[in-house]
Amino acid sequence: MSARNRELLALIPVALLVTGGFTAVFIVESSKIGDLSLIYGGYFLAVCLAVHLFIRARLPYADPYLFPLCALLAAIGLVMLFRINDSLALKQASIFVAGAVLLALTILLVRDYHALERYRYLIATAGILLLLATRVPGLRAPVNGAYLNINLGPLSFQPAEVSKICIVIFLASYLHEKRELLAVAARRVAGLTIPPLKHFGPLLVVWGASMLMLFYIADVGSSVMFFGAFLALLYVATARFSYVVAGLALFFVGAVLMEHLIPHIGDRVDIWLDPWHSKAVGAGQIQQSLFAQADGGLFGQGLGESLLKLPGPFAPHCAQPFPDCGSILPAPHTDEIYAVIVSDLGVFGGAGVVAVYALIAARGLKIAVMARDGFSKLLAAGLTAVFALQAVVIIGGVVRFIPLTGVTLPFVSFGGSSVIANMILLGLLLMISNDARRPRQAPEPDQELEALPA
Amino acid sequence: MNAPIVRLYGLLLLLFAALVGFTSYWAVFDSTNLKDNPENRRPLIVEQTVKRGTIKTADGVTVAQSFPQGGGKHPVYVRRYSQGSLFGNPVGYSFVQVGQTGIERSENAELAGERNEFTSILDQLRGVPQEGDNVTLTVDAGAQQVATQALQQAIASTPGAAGSGGAVVALDPSTGAVKAMASVPGYDPNSVKDSNVFKQLNKKSSGAPLLNRATQSVYPPGSTMKVVTAAAALDSGQFTPDSVLSGRSPQTIGGFPLSNAGGEQFGDIDMRTALTHSVNTYFGQVGEQLGTDTMVKYMKRFGFYADPELDYPDDQMAPSGPYNSGGHLVTSGFDVGRVAIGQGGAEGQDLATPLQMAEVAATVANGGKLMRPTFVEQVTDPDGRVTHKLSPKVASTAISPGTAAELTSMMTDVVNEGTAVGLSVDGVTFAGKTGTAEIGDPANGINQPWFIAFAPAADPQVAVAATIERCQGCFGAEVAGPVATQVMESLLK
Repeated sequence: MSARNRELLALIPVALLVTGGFTAVFIVESSKIGDLSLIYGGYFLAVCLAVHLFIRARLPYADPYLFPLCALLAAIGLVMLFRINDSLALKQASIFVAGAVLLALTILLVRDYHALERYRYLIATAGILLLLATRVPGLRAPVNGAYLNINLGPLSFQPAEVSKICIVIFLASYLHEKRELLAVAARRVAGLTIPPLKHFGPLLVVWGASMLMLFYIADVGSSVMFFGAFLALLYVATARFSYVVAGLALFFVGAVLMEHLIPHIGDRVDIWLDPWHSKAVGAGQIQQSLFAQADGGLFGQGLGESLLKLPGPFAPHCAQPFPDCGSILPAPHTDEIYAVIVSDLGVFGGAGVVAVYALIAARGLKIAVMARDGFSKLLAAGLTAVFALQAVVIIGGVVRFIPLTGVTLPFVSFGGSSVIANMILLGLLLMISNDARRPRQAPEPDQELEALPA
Repeated sequence: MNAPIVRLYGLLLLLFAALVGFTSYWAVFDSTNLKDNPENRRPLIVEQTVKRGTIKTADGVTVAQSFPQGGGKHPVYVRRYSQGSLFGNPVGYSFVQVGQTGIERSENAELAGERNEFTSILDQLRGVPQEGDNVTLTVDAGAQQVATQALQQAIASTPGAAGSGGAVVALDPSTGAVKAMASVPGYDPNSVKDSNVFKQLNKKSSGAPLLNRATQSVYPPGSTMKVVTAAAALDSGQFTPDSVLSGRSPQTIGGFPLSNAGGEQFGDIDMRTALTHSVNTYFGQVGEQLGTDTMVKYMKRFGFYADPELDYPDDQMAPSGPYNSGGHLVTSGFDVGRVAIGQGGAEGQDLATPLQMAEVAATVANGGKLMRPTFVEQVTDPDGRVTHKLSPKVASTAISPGTAAELTSMMTDVVNEGTAVGLSVDGVTFAGKTGTAEIGDPANGINQPWFIAFAPAADPQVAVAATIERCQGCFGAEVAGPVATQVMESLLK
């Protein structure tokens, strides 16, 4: 069976999940009447099919499972958002369309991703400027002490989501060029491998940028994600574990300093260490997160059955619509969506979601292994690592594995920037895999394939 | 570069495994702790969103009902008690602010509609919102009304009783069904959700209205205890109704002189005469001759030494029997002669709940078999299907039918020609036993009047125990007697 047919077949479980999920929520919440609910499902599946046809036409050799796995996450996200508030699901479905368009545009415009290597400093600068824009007066909009958003009139945008791709492209390109020097020209002093400082400089710049992000925009989650991807790439490029250890040590030193310098970060750590006695704002969120998961048990309360919306007299008076106000669990549609999944679907539901991320990571790293040149390997590994680490950072925060920081759960959480950025990331991975899996002897070009880029 | 990529995948898998591990910890292994965490309002809120079942009496009067509050698609339900203070005890209350007591608590699983997994999945598929089961009590609202008013009137009109409390319990001797249970002073369960009112009701000065005196308070049962002593004497075969002992007063019992009421002198009398006239010295000797072990054995058979087997919260019931000065039940070392007449001393003061003494009367009435007492006639689910129906269960066989018949005959004499002469139940022949326990220094003349009875004597339908906490220079028959007979009359109609 061809790769594309396998992709099409793999979309069938996605279709079943969407229809089944929506129907289940529909049964529980009979108030959410209607044709409308089923239309979301159909709408979503039509977009998936369109993307599939586009990939069939443009990237015939691309990995067949990557897109269905991401679609599966998006389907889980849509069902959960429909369960939280049906208007969120409608918005998210529209965002998904925009994301699909961007995926297509990425593939059409970039044509050959190797070209990105040439613009690496431009891309890196763009990524860092985007981040700093969150502090520009007039654009900035701090949330819980962190500067995550820039406001452009009615639109709010999280630049960190796009920055992560820019920085991974830069690192992949830079390490591809310098990896020999970093790995080979190292000296051993007192049992420690010391890389040549000349080549290590730009990497210290990345560390500095991460620390600056911590300090300047107080975004711990993105910072951990960036730095984690950096270490992953450094390790893949040099195969030297000592660099990773040194990098982690540097990061912890920086983080401990920041903990004392920035109250917002110190609070996050205090809450993580002891959410029951911490007086810091936000302790309630992690408490509610754990209570919601405790209600889930092994199999969960059932889709739409666990307590989320505060009923009648328990509901506070507020102007904002649910779930921004009146939810027992704060931010159930963004930061805490994993807790809602566990509450409704239990440990099995949560483990299922984690398993999908593990499968995406497996496909992404398989692409890296199969890729034929160093830049492709590093880019695929970096994009996969940053994607997987984003999931680890937010789920880890929700389950109190690490301090809770506000990043989105890729493809599942509500949010435009996240879906769009991850669609671009997916587009790049698909392009790399198309290159990696293309047969060495090009097949007889038939009419369909003639349109392919050289 | 491929080897480090594979190792990177290994690391990511470890991280993902840690996420699943942490999720399992909170959702399964630590979930009980999290659910019990005082900060966790979820269980409370969820319970309020379920329409709690209705509580009705055997004669169809609605006692407790839930109404939606707040409106909208997700209402919460609040309890309303349409009979006010009439059922404050034993039904209790159920409010978010103050918790649950009484039958509201003991029947919570049914009232809250806690179902097994399978039914709840079916209900979800059918789109049925969770709803509690309805509980029909064995209690008769009319009898409850009579019981409460009779108690209040007795307390108001008896010298030295004002400001004290009292209780009356009526049982169906053949099923154990509680037909009436009143405790005075009472309280309106609708009022306790106001935390100020709740605090006030818990103050000593308020007379402890939240206390269910019928099940929670232990009092010296006085001469009503002689029914238990006589039952032990006859059933053990050591005595017959014709066994003769001296009835002179005082006599040395337990090393100290014991007198009859008012110092009245009797000659050599049989047990029938002794019970009819409630001769202390006779039963003091019987107690001493039976000995501690036999008395304890029969007390246990009648239900003493343990909480009644009633479907009621454990902390709202107290066991009966000889209590030492430390407040512990003792099975030896007490003055058995005085316990035999429902009194005692620091080493073992006989104390009993009104419910226990009603069970004594019911056991004799039921041919010697003590039935397990119960409040619940039936439980029906929201669709009207009966999910539970009262099925009478024997709690213990205390005495033989022959002994019960002899005791019934002797207790009928008490009413016809003894200490309870003058009491009547609508022309029906009934059996009873008076009690007048001394409280504190006998010189003060403060007594606790009791009356236990069952009617009709030939075919008992109802057994009752009534008591008032204190009165001045009074007797059981004149104060507690009319309370018991009025309740029996209301239940025999």
